Amino acid sequence: MLRFVATRLSSLVLSLLVASIVIFAVIEVIPGDPAAYMLGLNAEPSAVAALRDQLGLNGSVPLRYLHWIAGLMTGDFGVSYTYRVPVATLIAARLWVSLPLALFALALSTLIAFPVGLLAAARRGRPADLAVMGTTQLGIAVPNFWFAMLLVLIFAIRLRWFPAGGFPGWDQGLWVSLKALLLPAVALALPQASILARIMRSSVLDTLGQDYIRTARAKGMTRAQAIRRHALKNALIPVLTIIGMQFSFLLAGAIIIENVFFLPGLGRLIFQAITQRDLIVVESSVMLLVFAVITVNFVVDIAYAAVDPRLRRRR
Amino acid sequence: MTLLSVRDLSLSIGALPVLDRLSFDIRPGEVFGVVGESGSGKSMTALALMGLAPESARVSGEARFEGRPLIGLAERDICAIRGAGIGMIFQEPMSALDPVQTIGAQVAETLVIHGRMNRREALQAARARLDRVGLPAARFPLDLYPHELSGGQRQRVCIAMAIALRPRLLIADEPTTALDVTTQAQILDLLKSLVEDEGMALMLITHDLAVVSGIADRVAVMQRGRIIEAGPTGDVFRNMRHPYTRALFRASGHVPARSRRSAGQPILEVRDVHCSYGGGRRRLFGKATRIRAVRGVSFTLHKGENLGLVGESGCGKSTLSRAILGLEPLQGGEIRLFGRPVGPRMDARDRAALQVVFQDPYGSFNPRWKVARLVAEPFNLLPTRPRDWRTHVAEALESVGLKATDMDRYIHEFSGGQRQRIAIARALILRPELIVLDEAVSALDVSIRAQILDLLADLSDRLDLGYLFISHDLGVVRAITDRVLVMKDGEIVEQGPTEQLFTAPRHAYTRKLIAATPRLPEIPTRMMQDDN
Repeated sequence: MLRFVATRLSSLVLSLLVASIVIFAVIEVIPGDPAAYMLGLNAEPSAVAALRDQLGLNGSVPLRYLHWIAGLMTGDFGVSYTYRVPVATLIAARLWVSLPLALFALALSTLIAFPVGLLAAARRGRPADLAVMGTTQLGIAVPNFWFAMLLVLIFAIRLRWFPAGGFPGWDQGLWVSLKALLLPAVALALPQASILARIMRSSVLDTLGQDYIRTARAKGMTRAQAIRRHALKNALIPVLTIIGMQFSFLLAGAIIIENVFFLPGLGRLIFQAITQRDLIVVESSVMLLVFAVITVNFVVDIAYAAVDPRLRRRR
Repeated sequence: MTLLSVRDLSLSIGALPVLDRLSFDIRPGEVFGVVGESGSGKSMTALALMGLAPESARVSGEARFEGRPLIGLAERDICAIRGAGIGMIFQEPMSALDPVQTIGAQVAETLVIHGRMNRREALQAARARLDRVGLPAARFPLDLYPHELSGGQRQRVCIAMAIALRPRLLIADEPTTALDVTTQAQILDLLKSLVEDEGMALMLITHDLAVVSGIADRVAVMQRGRIIEAGPTGDVFRNMRHPYTRALFRASGHVPARSRRSAGQPILEVRDVHCSYGGGRRRLFGKATRIRAVRGVSFTLHKGENLGLVGESGCGKSTLSRAILGLEPLQGGEIRLFGRPVGPRMDARDRAALQVVFQDPYGSFNPRWKVARLVAEPFNLLPTRPRDWRTHVAEALESVGLKATDMDRYIHEFSGGQRQRIAIARALILRPELIVLDEAVSALDVSIRAQILDLLADLSDRLDLGYLFISHDLGVVRAITDRVLVMKDGEIVEQGPTEQLFTAPRHAYTRKLIAATPRLPEIPTRMMQDDN
């Protein structure tokens, strides 16, 4: 198991290294001068020169790469051109919204999907299964911003249980903040839960058709016991992959929901940075997201091995 | 006193009758054999008794186990009997165990779910049962996972699981069909000794008459959902009152008529061939471990010769056959077909001289193609497809005993035996001189197998075809080949003319294989005559 983790860890470091080179190279090979590009057509030459200096564009390429990497390692991501604050501060503030939101949505999605998927599998072909399949079809088809608007209409405007948008900040108290994140998290979670529930269902059904379930029943287990004791853990293996992919998506892909609820999240930051040609922020945020995705994949790999002994090496 | 008494047990799925008024008794401590071909309902009988028949099945009739009714019980009541009063093992040991749980936990589970012991006691008892089935603690600790065991060892775990609560009846559904002959012999010995030591009765379901005749006290022969004949094993096999029993028996030991020819010039030459395939990398940049599957194999196959290749699973015969088909690169030596080298980069036209038929008649066809297109596929090896290709397809289909009009049907409309005929037609269409038959009759029922063997013998005679006949079934190899190679651990340990090798094997391993092969009882020849 230790060796397995070590192998995965070295591949994680390697992936990060390759990703950082690619991201750096893309910024480098963009035709023209990034500084001129950022400042637009009518920029003063002196302003461009100043920005070049600020961007650290003077010097040899390998040296600049090393400088950038060293900066990333120490938390120095440079200074945003548009916001005039360190990128690290900027991202950190947004991450404090996006990360809890993603985790919240993922937890909701998993909490909904597991029992629902399991129920559908256990009641295959019966009304409960048909209801689950129909509802999840709807959940996948309907865009999440529509859910979001519906939730706002009902729970914020009609019932006034939750705020319609905005984020007060964690210093205003845990409960207030969670309340602000609840509706967006639900809106994000519903389509994800629909996908996950269907995958859970088909995965459990697959395992129920396996010979070892028949063996389990021949030992004297009821259908329910066989599902609980043998089908569940085996069915989890494909589901873990999807959960990993969903987390990566939720972290950066929540931009529409962030807009609907006026949340200062990572998605909106990147969107604004792109429209304002703030390449420093773009570069660092992309690197951060790559880091998140690769780390999540690493965690999923470890979770695989925890579930499936065939992936662990022989002792 | 009977242990299990079955009266008029019927089962249907939808409008399809599967079991038709079965009645039989099993006494305490006896071995009761159930033989029949696929679709005869023998497995469904076992599942119906265990309450594990498909949910859509309707079961009627009566079955009493130790005087208590079995059929129509509530789930909780039948679960109390399953695993405790009646244990069951199945055909496929490779997939019968939960891959993510240790063998100890799985054996102990039987004891825990019936509420007999707590987990700690159950693990101790599991240890004792694993010892009993021949998996001693030193080599097989409880925390092994199924993937760390071989097929035979996994079947032993399944047996330990089934007998953990010392059931009075063990139902074994084709327990050795997926295993090698030597492993089969060991598992049968184990089952026999369990019956003797523990006074347990055994219901042994199999398609193999030789297996049943060697172990069963009484036997029932099933055909199309009915028991057509039953009685003490010796009686049934001596008298064989029912024509189907006789037909089954004849088919089991069928030897197709073949004209012996003198071997022609060499077609396939295999010289000192070494093959290995990659195992996993242990570290990211580590060297992949390689498994040396074939080590220095040499032989020659002559025109019109039927050459057998036998060995147990893992001996390297699959890797060797892939190398001969030009699908595997060689790590040493050379293979020549008509003097031209064979390998992954060989010319498509050279491939046309060598065709192949695989084991699984269900998995080896594209289900969305019509038979004409399936059979004509090898024409892709030629620069152009002949204009009259449909005539070629028709001829090929007729030569394997099918109709030319079958070419416009889809593969799912055919039975397993017919599919294997289509596979042979596909192999024949380019008029090759050599066909590799990789376990080509292993998945077929005995009566179908006999027909296919006749077809192969006839084709070989008529077209002067050579075969490389790869099989684990020594009886079949003896029936159809002129010469045999015996393979073990990647090497040919013995080769020689078929009859000579079977009557006077020289190598210890060959002797072991032959000794482990179950034998059909000797039957008076008048019994073996045709009924019509």
